[in-house]
Amino acid sequence: MSKASLIVDNLSVDFAAGSARKSVVRHVSFRVEPGRAVALVGESGSGKSVTARSLVGLAGAGAIVSATRLSYGDRDLRALSQRQWREIRGRDIGFVLQDALVSLDPLRTIGAEIEEALAAHGWGDRASRRRRAQDLLRSVGIPDPDIRALQRSDELSGGLRQRALIATALALDPAIVIADEPTTALDSTVQAQIVALLSAIKEKGHGLLIISHDLHLVSKLADEVVVMHHGDVVEQGPVSDVLAKPRHAYTRALLDAMPGRHPRRRRPIARDREEQASSLPETVLDVRDLTKTFDGPAGSARLAVDKVSFSIQRGRTLGIVGESGSGKTTVARIALGLVTPDEGEIAFAGRPWVASTGRGPRVSEADRRPYRRDLSVIYQDPLSSFDPRWTVGQILSDALQAAGLARKDQARRIADLLAKVRLPIEIADRWPLNLSGGQRQRVAIARALAANPKVVICDEPVSALDVSVQAQVLDLLADLQEELGIAYLFISHDLGVIRQISDDVLVMQSGRAVEQGATEQVFSAPAHPFTKALLQAAS
Amino acid sequence: MTIPLSTSTFAQSRRLPKVSLPPVGASLAMLFLIVLIAASIWPDLFATSNPLKIAPRLAFRPPGLGHPFGTDQSGRDIYSRVIYGAGQSLLLGVGAVAVSMALAIPLGLIGGLGGRLAERFIGWVLDVLFSFPTLILALLFAAHLGGGIGPLIVATGVGNAPGYGRMIFGQTLSVRRAGYIEAARMLGHSPLRIIWRQILPNVMRPLIVMVTMGIGQAIVWSSALSFLGLGAQPPAAEWGTMLAMGRDFVSRAWWLTVFPGLFIVLTTLSTTVVGRYLQRCLEGRTS
Repeated sequence: MSKASLIVDNLSVDFAAGSARKSVVRHVSFRVEPGRAVALVGESGSGKSVTARSLVGLAGAGAIVSATRLSYGDRDLRALSQRQWREIRGRDIGFVLQDALVSLDPLRTIGAEIEEALAAHGWGDRASRRRRAQDLLRSVGIPDPDIRALQRSDELSGGLRQRALIATALALDPAIVIADEPTTALDSTVQAQIVALLSAIKEKGHGLLIISHDLHLVSKLADEVVVMHHGDVVEQGPVSDVLAKPRHAYTRALLDAMPGRHPRRRRPIARDREEQASSLPETVLDVRDLTKTFDGPAGSARLAVDKVSFSIQRGRTLGIVGESGSGKTTVARIALGLVTPDEGEIAFAGRPWVASTGRGPRVSEADRRPYRRDLSVIYQDPLSSFDPRWTVGQILSDALQAAGLARKDQARRIADLLAKVRLPIEIADRWPLNLSGGQRQRVAIARALAANPKVVICDEPVSALDVSVQAQVLDLLADLQEELGIAYLFISHDLGVIRQISDDVLVMQSGRAVEQGATEQVFSAPAHPFTKALLQAAS
Repeated sequence: MTIPLSTSTFAQSRRLPKVSLPPVGASLAMLFLIVLIAASIWPDLFATSNPLKIAPRLAFRPPGLGHPFGTDQSGRDIYSRVIYGAGQSLLLGVGAVAVSMALAIPLGLIGGLGGRLAERFIGWVLDVLFSFPTLILALLFAAHLGGGIGPLIVATGVGNAPGYGRMIFGQTLSVRRAGYIEAARMLGHSPLRIIWRQILPNVMRPLIVMVTMGIGQAIVWSSALSFLGLGAQPPAAEWGTMLAMGRDFVSRAWWLTVFPGLFIVLTTLSTTVVGRYLQRCLEGRTS
């Protein structure tokens, strides 16, 4: 590996569409030096990814890249042909793409993927490439590299896939490694492992450029941070300065939006008194000993949920946190009546709601239907939960019909719902496809509220949103709870989000509830080793 | 907070998306189809003579004044025959697609919505039928039902039905499993209402495009059957039959086959172009 730096001075990117020109990045300057890491931070649309891509000649069709200086070592990168770029890419500058599942060829083994990267630059012979691929997989911490090298990307977990992708980028030992959102969509423990791997790569003397919206990741890895907003650099400097003493309002907003920075606001005392006066808090959802086993291939079976019990009171939030595959979504689907448990039962507002396949009385979908309006759901991907033919107004009107509201009263109620989720009334005429992610999730919330439900089940409702939008949606959910006394069953893999929204927490690992209790109790004094490990990984 | 509620808000919600003028190709294709439809409703407005009237003395006249597309071996005016054939061909195309859909829609829907057994059984039936080439299936029916336009419509329709059936079957399955159907169940809608208000319309939506393109394809298929002597019988003014009749004179009188062939091609091309255009308009809104 040569020890050259990547120097960027006054980089601007415009996109030409017909005669119009749209400027997406303006005057960005930074340098990536060996053994140091620079982070480009901003939300989607800030221009951070375009900036990174233009450093490897992949800014896209119609992009016009200009800079007063853009060089790698003593080589000017400003006027390279595609052919010259191909030499630089991989050999001098490695690029770790954002989505490991789509970036790796689904039909090729990961070993072949790395060997291909080596062969493209004429590296070694077949046998030495094979050895090198296994060495690389070992060096990024993939166990049993000789076996893993023969697997395809869909046979690997998210963490291993990301490692494999990093190994591909490192194949030719490039001096500079660019990683675009390297930890997005990974569980927090896996995220911590990837951060450790990237630090090790930095220690070895590679220069790193990290693109991320996750300030937490940036604070652990980067030496310098460049904050971008709508294509402009709004703040730049050493990471400790920028994160500790942000000067620009946008940086402060980004920092503020990091979930978990503000623990849950306590409810006003007056309300508590009122509750005490009326009666004990009413239990709306009572879940007892849920157990569910799924049949796997070739007679194998997987215990997805193992004796999970909890209850939720009116106006309170239970957060279920766990990694993917821990069974938290299965619990939600059982509570929705979509999956029948092998054992256990659920009572909803005092009525039997879900019964097991075993002995005892059954509860059919027809029994549940009249009470469906009291229990609603918000999904991670709102768009797929909307009928593609319908405008926002029609979606809400359909939900109101399900709740039995007469057609003539619907217009007023729709206006009322949209106001509740702080959307302008004009949205009623638009198709969800043309709305932003945050707006879509607000529409989904409005639909969930249509029938004045007692319980809303939220399955990763903010995981697909940018941090600042995430914070707004969480605030909205909390306000609505205060106003309407709804109970939430809130499922997330994100500890910060869970901490912010929940009154009580249930931690799941491999189908079991390993820890359960009041949020502050669990977060400040975790009892179970798994909870400790989760918190460790996230801090 | 009060919200001014304009009365127009919901009246407008059903309006169509803004569609800019169609591109040149689609415009020409639509224009051609409109002329063709007009010609099939009022053929005497366009035709210059009776399509069946023979005039042996005028046989094999090349295209020229009086007979823009020339005349055939019995002196019939080819231009007029093509015009009168438009109605037959469109009737064939529309009729055959209607027959296909009448078979394919119930099969696909029952397979997609009728539970696990129906799904297996109909999936199997469609696979078996689909493995027969369309033309073989259509030939089988045409040979069995005899000549004439009615049997030709049925034969072409039946031949194409398995393909449509599979598309509708697959579409029904994918709509049934879509997130918005689960969301509708979670709202407490009854299964019948979900089928009627959401599954059916979403399954049928891409059919507009399929039907438009299918009309053109059905015309080609039925022309093929007529050409093989299994459809409309000579001297009927039907494009496929005209091709078959002109076959023996291709080297001597090219205009006997070129003009009906040209109209088959133009019709198919137009329905395909219009279908593609419709597809783009619908997709622009939904995916």
